[in-house]
Amino acid sequence: MFDLLSNANTQWVLIGSIMLGFASGVIGSFVLLKKQSLISDAMAHATLPGVGLMYIMFEYKSIPLFLIGATMTALLATYSIQLIIKHSRIKTDAAIGSVLSVFFALGIVFLTYISKNTSGNHSGLDDFIFGQAASLVASDVRMITIGSAILILLSALFFKEFKITIFDPLYAMGLGLPVRFLNMVLLGLVVGIVVIGIQMVGVVLIAALLITPPLSARYWTDQLGYMTILSGIFGAVSGVAGTVISTIGEGLPTGPMIVLSTSVIFLFSLLLGSKKGLIPKVVSTHEL
Amino acid sequence: MNALSVQNLTVTYDKTPVLQHVGFDIPKGSLTGIIGPNGAGKSTLIKAILQLIPRTSGDIQVYGKPYHRKRRLIGYVPQRSEVDWDFPTSALDVVLMGRYGHIGFIKRPGKKEIQMAQEALRKVGMEDYQDRQISQLSGGQQQRVFLARALAQDARIYFMDEPFVGVDAATEKAIIQLMQEWKDEGKTVLVVHHDLQTVEDYFDHVLLLNKSPVGCGPTQKVFTMENLKQTYGGSLKFIGEHSVVLQERV
Amino acid sequence: MSYDAWILLTGSLVGLTCGVTGALLVLRKMSMLADAISHTVLLGIVGAFFVTQSLNGLPMFIGAAIVGVLTAFFVQMLDSSGVQSDAAIGVVFTSLFALGVVLISFVGDSVHLDVEHALMGEIAFIPWDTLNFQGMNLGPKAVWMLGSVFLINILVITLFYKEIKLTTFDPQFAVLLGIPVMFIHYLLMGMISLSTVASFDSVGAILVVAMLIVPGATAYLLTDRFLVLLILSGLIGILSAITGFAFAVWSNVSIAGSIACATGLYFILAFIFSPKHGVLMKKIRNDKFSSSQP
Repeated sequence: MFDLLSNANTQWVLIGSIMLGFASGVIGSFVLLKKQSLISDAMAHATLPGVGLMYIMFEYKSIPLFLIGATMTALLATYSIQLIIKHSRIKTDAAIGSVLSVFFALGIVFLTYISKNTSGNHSGLDDFIFGQAASLVASDVRMITIGSAILILLSALFFKEFKITIFDPLYAMGLGLPVRFLNMVLLGLVVGIVVIGIQMVGVVLIAALLITPPLSARYWTDQLGYMTILSGIFGAVSGVAGTVISTIGEGLPTGPMIVLSTSVIFLFSLLLGSKKGLIPKVVSTHEL
Repeated sequence: MNALSVQNLTVTYDKTPVLQHVGFDIPKGSLTGIIGPNGAGKSTLIKAILQLIPRTSGDIQVYGKPYHRKRRLIGYVPQRSEVDWDFPTSALDVVLMGRYGHIGFIKRPGKKEIQMAQEALRKVGMEDYQDRQISQLSGGQQQRVFLARALAQDARIYFMDEPFVGVDAATEKAIIQLMQEWKDEGKTVLVVHHDLQTVEDYFDHVLLLNKSPVGCGPTQKVFTMENLKQTYGGSLKFIGEHSVVLQERV
Repeated sequence: MSYDAWILLTGSLVGLTCGVTGALLVLRKMSMLADAISHTVLLGIVGAFFVTQSLNGLPMFIGAAIVGVLTAFFVQMLDSSGVQSDAAIGVVFTSLFALGVVLISFVGDSVHLDVEHALMGEIAFIPWDTLNFQGMNLGPKAVWMLGSVFLINILVITLFYKEIKLTTFDPQFAVLLGIPVMFIHYLLMGMISLSTVASFDSVGAILVVAMLIVPGATAYLLTDRFLVLLILSGLIGILSAITGFAFAVWSNVSIAGSIACATGLYFILAFIFSPKHGVLMKKIRNDKFSSSQP
């Protein structure tokens, strides 16, 4: 096991998973408070057709190309959801569910088309569904690490602006803040983290990294600042734990292992969290 | 005989009390307005009585019996905003829902129920709209459908939550007429109301509420300047005798 | 019956069963709960496999129903403890689904249960997995399963028609009338779980979401009648199955994926062209309105 962890490639993967986990925890905090957790899930599922489409068009495996395609379809899905809600009587939940499942179905159709109708080396495309840390090469890991760092930096830069636009958009507008622009930056951050995360965690479960760590953090603090950092730490810990377990237990998919790690932290927080946890709540009610 | 008797009713949201130790009696055959400032817990009171939200404590009796044994006697007209009017159903169908409690599990509404529902629609002047999809009704018409549904319930005590909000003059008239009819039949009506100017015209009883009751009884006894001041705090302005206008604190 | 006919029949039954049942969830604004349950039944199926060491129909159904109802229960529990409902759904289904996927990797290669199967189903193999009774071939197991679930769902909807309608439209009023709102809720969750697990073999966990939600949403754009909406939703499901199957055969792609895409196609058509609620008709009406008022 120590041999494995001292392997240079594994070390890079670990650093990548820490950064990715931290960035998604931070961004997820904003997403959670904006009540857009499930929209981020739809975005994640919607990256699959983008990846497939790029391969069909260029018949060539290139991660940057895939990510461009993923970004495009993720944004298209977000736009579709807004369009459906605005211009029909369909409610938010049905709009999200429809877009999520149909885009994913389109992704599956593209992937089967690729495997049956194109030549060339298309192995590894399936890894986008559940993520496979083992198949990451050095350049992928570097991109995940640098990308996450940029996203974290942006979140820190815009922290107080996000805080006020999410809490009270009208007031923020009154202050003269560019609310539309800030919403777009936040959307960009979400798409960014989803797109760079799908290789490692996969499209099906990446949303969990945006939802579960901030929700767990909420059980320990009432302050957005601490919540964001704590959520980032939870994400990072889950990233490492999931990656290590999946690397040691060969064949275990990385994404689900990372997600299960976040779930364990959530259960722990749900029971023991100092602010809203079930057990402290019961104790304090009895004291009253 | 009291139609409704509430004792020591307390409702808390997340440790903050919304209603505290509310107790009052409502005599049979009265028209009671529930009056109080925003956030006084008027709608919460109705919902707590009807057991639609959890209570911290409280005992509710209907005709001297515990609430759950007399639930059949209760009719309810919720605020219009509480349901989704895009729901695929017709006006008649909504009114028929008022009969579901009487029909019983699994059984279907029959001819008798449909006739009752149509009769209820006719009473509120909506007989021409029975097949209309509910989203295509105006605000006042939607309110009248809710009234007809309560009517079809054939209850003994009616609760209405802000029925006059956002309705046209015809609907307002229909509501008042219906309340009067119910009273004449010996039924009891409780209405959450916020327009102080019309209180004396509409109701023979009032319940003044601000988290706990300030006063409850016949209108001329309870609906006094002093009680109103106590209920609303400093936010009242008085114009002329007995007519009051609410002035929002800035 | 020919091989293709069996696949077409299976797909249509998936469309019909999911269409009718899912429409109820769309009306209750619980589409994402359908999404959650269709993911988590995987855990029920894997769990049933570990208990019985076989991929037998009945234990699978029971496992799926239990996990499905548990999912609804966990979401409800988090929701009432103050977690916003979308995040509650997100946490519960990703956790249980991840657990299911991890457990699948412990299932040996000799057993026909893997991640890919879980995601997109294998409708192409359905006709070969037949039910045999005293040496007689009675057709694919999946058709029997889907048929029975469809009949159960129809029976439940018929019996509790007015209760389902009222609890969907105005749950508070239903409570007031003494209708067991929670019972009806879990009854529906049970129906969703059964529909999902019956469709699972054919279309997989995520594509079944499309079959559950999209036909219902499409029908919601086309009619203002409750009963008509349920029937229409089922018909759109069947239509999607036929269209999707034809496209899949023509272009040699995943049949299940193609069927799910077809539901999206019909949704787009209704979104634009629906006579009552389509974007185009609304625009025409608005233009008329503004031109008549110069």
